[in-house]
Amino acid sequence: MTFPSPATTGARTGAGGDAGHPEPAVAVTGRSPGRLMWRRFRRDRTGVASAVVVLAFFLIALFAPVISLLYGKDPYTTYGLDQPGLLNAYGYPIAPNGGMSSEFWFGLEPGLGRDVFTQLVYGIRTSLSIALIVTVLATATGIALGITAGYAGGRTDYVIGRVADTLLAFPAQLFLIVFLPVVEAALVPPDAEPPVWLRFVSICLVLSVLGWATVARLLRAQVLSLRNREFVEAARVTGASPARIVLRELLPNLWTPIVIQATLALPLYVGAEAGLGFLGVGMTEPTPDWGRMFQVGAQVYHSDVTYLVFPGVAMLIFVVAFNLLGDAIRDAFDPKTRR
Amino acid sequence: MIGFLARRLAGALVILAVISVVTFCLFYAAPRDPARAFCSKVCQPETLELIRRNLGMDEPLAVQYWHWLAGIVAGRDLPGFGGCPAPCLGYSFATQEPVFGAIVDRFPVTLSLTVGAAAATLGFGVLLGMVAAWQAGRPLDRIASASSVVGASLQIYFVGPLLAFALVDTFGVLPRPAYVPFTGDPVGWFTHLLLPWAVLSIVFTANYTRMTRAQMVEQLAEDYVRTARAKGMPERVVFFRFAWRGAMIPIVTIFGVDLATLLGGAIITEQTFALHGVGELAIRAVQNSDLPMLLGVTLVGAGAIVALSVVVDVLYAVIDPRVRLG
Repeated sequence: MTFPSPATTGARTGAGGDAGHPEPAVAVTGRSPGRLMWRRFRRDRTGVASAVVVLAFFLIALFAPVISLLYGKDPYTTYGLDQPGLLNAYGYPIAPNGGMSSEFWFGLEPGLGRDVFTQLVYGIRTSLSIALIVTVLATATGIALGITAGYAGGRTDYVIGRVADTLLAFPAQLFLIVFLPVVEAALVPPDAEPPVWLRFVSICLVLSVLGWATVARLLRAQVLSLRNREFVEAARVTGASPARIVLRELLPNLWTPIVIQATLALPLYVGAEAGLGFLGVGMTEPTPDWGRMFQVGAQVYHSDVTYLVFPGVAMLIFVVAFNLLGDAIRDAFDPKTRR
Repeated sequence: MIGFLARRLAGALVILAVISVVTFCLFYAAPRDPARAFCSKVCQPETLELIRRNLGMDEPLAVQYWHWLAGIVAGRDLPGFGGCPAPCLGYSFATQEPVFGAIVDRFPVTLSLTVGAAAATLGFGVLLGMVAAWQAGRPLDRIASASSVVGASLQIYFVGPLLAFALVDTFGVLPRPAYVPFTGDPVGWFTHLLLPWAVLSIVFTANYTRMTRAQMVEQLAEDYVRTARAKGMPERVVFFRFAWRGAMIPIVTIFGVDLATLLGGAIITEQTFALHGVGELAIRAVQNSDLPMLLGVTLVGAGAIVALSVVVDVLYAVIDPRVRLG
């Protein structure tokens, strides 16, 4: 997983601009940086459109049970096995296009005959909740350690820096698949079947452990450039405590890179989580999961490509929308990067 | 230069040592007993004990690590299992072979996959990015930028099977991806790997296009480029000799990381196309809880990342004369 780093260039100028420029004397009404950003964002049509799409995905995830109730199906029942006439002898849907019909909108899962539409809707839940938790955990840890390293300097900085180096030297995908079983083995007795929530927790943990280093490294560099600026010195001279300097002087200048980095990271975690499912080390049955849909899809595509197309297209739309939203947010925060 | 290399290599070895210690401890300290994996379903306690002694697992963790480390230099002899000649990264009891040998056997597949994908990615990515920068703001740039947003959002496990379905199953344009040794049949090697290469480069190219475009646009606005133009240098020279050099530094950085990642095993790609490379070895090792194999693969992957980061640092100095190694 290579984390894109365009945030660095955009953010540096953004933070400097916010702190350095005095309000122009002619300004009648003061506008906060947040309000300026919002104005710029609203004018960006692509940005607004992608925000709507992203929001729609979050709402679908939130209201999955309601959707499932209205639609009249759930992602667990094996309709194809229970009702004759839906799957053929080989377990593939009889109706064309993966069994798409007015009853099963997106068709049926080959083999078990579960409903694809509800699987997809509930899959968003799994995927987004993991990605959100990991983004929050990794970003929070990254903020804490990155600012500490940058502000404290010296030995603390060295230790945190070397830990981050080591983590970044681990092959990312390998790290994920190798350490998931280790984390689980450490949490459950060897012969017991690990419960579903445990897999959820260990996926979040392993992804966050790998993710914080990028955030920390970025913020450390930002803090290094901020800590000797006049306003920080002034605060220090007037006797502000380190906590106050970090929280009230430094942090407000760091929100831009933090938000940008987080928006760029979330779709990567969605992809990483689905990748785990695809490799067979992600969320386990019966939890609906996009990654496992890809896994099944990759096995059956010779005979039933539809089952692969739905999660693929859904994920493509989500990730494109989120990436565009990330770009729009970056542009809005920092008009200098405007193309 | 030599001093720099020596220091960087020493640092790299330290990182590898740390990674091996961490991985070793995590694996072998986990409550899941590795010896159990090599004992049949009905495991006699004596048999388990024997296996454990033969593996040296009755010794303290530090001693085990020392044996493992010594094995890399001197090789090991594991009674009841067989020998493990000199660079001994461990012995896989699940597949009954030395770890290093297994990785070496799989490596040509991974290397072939990496070489083709890296060449295609770098070539197309940089080319598209340069075109986009040259045409900045015009339709060609829009197309390049838009397709790179989509490309960056595609997943290998989706595009891979989809393209295989279209090109292999439906139209039969390409053979089913497989590894054909280059030395035996270069043409077959090429055609059989074309699809995996294409898929990898579709996903990876986007990053290079975006990066190259952004860098070129930035570089073209630099003072030294203006000077070159003011001196009356032809646009071709300005573009390819001046701006290009400055733009390459971040590209080299991400290329080093991507190359290392691929060399350590393109796990998802290998799984998608059923190629038996290092990544597939890792997946199988996870399924078998084959800890010695996992330790070996992790180290080789980390080694690739660390080694390439040294290479990248040296390349900085080659590309940009202002960079001093010291």
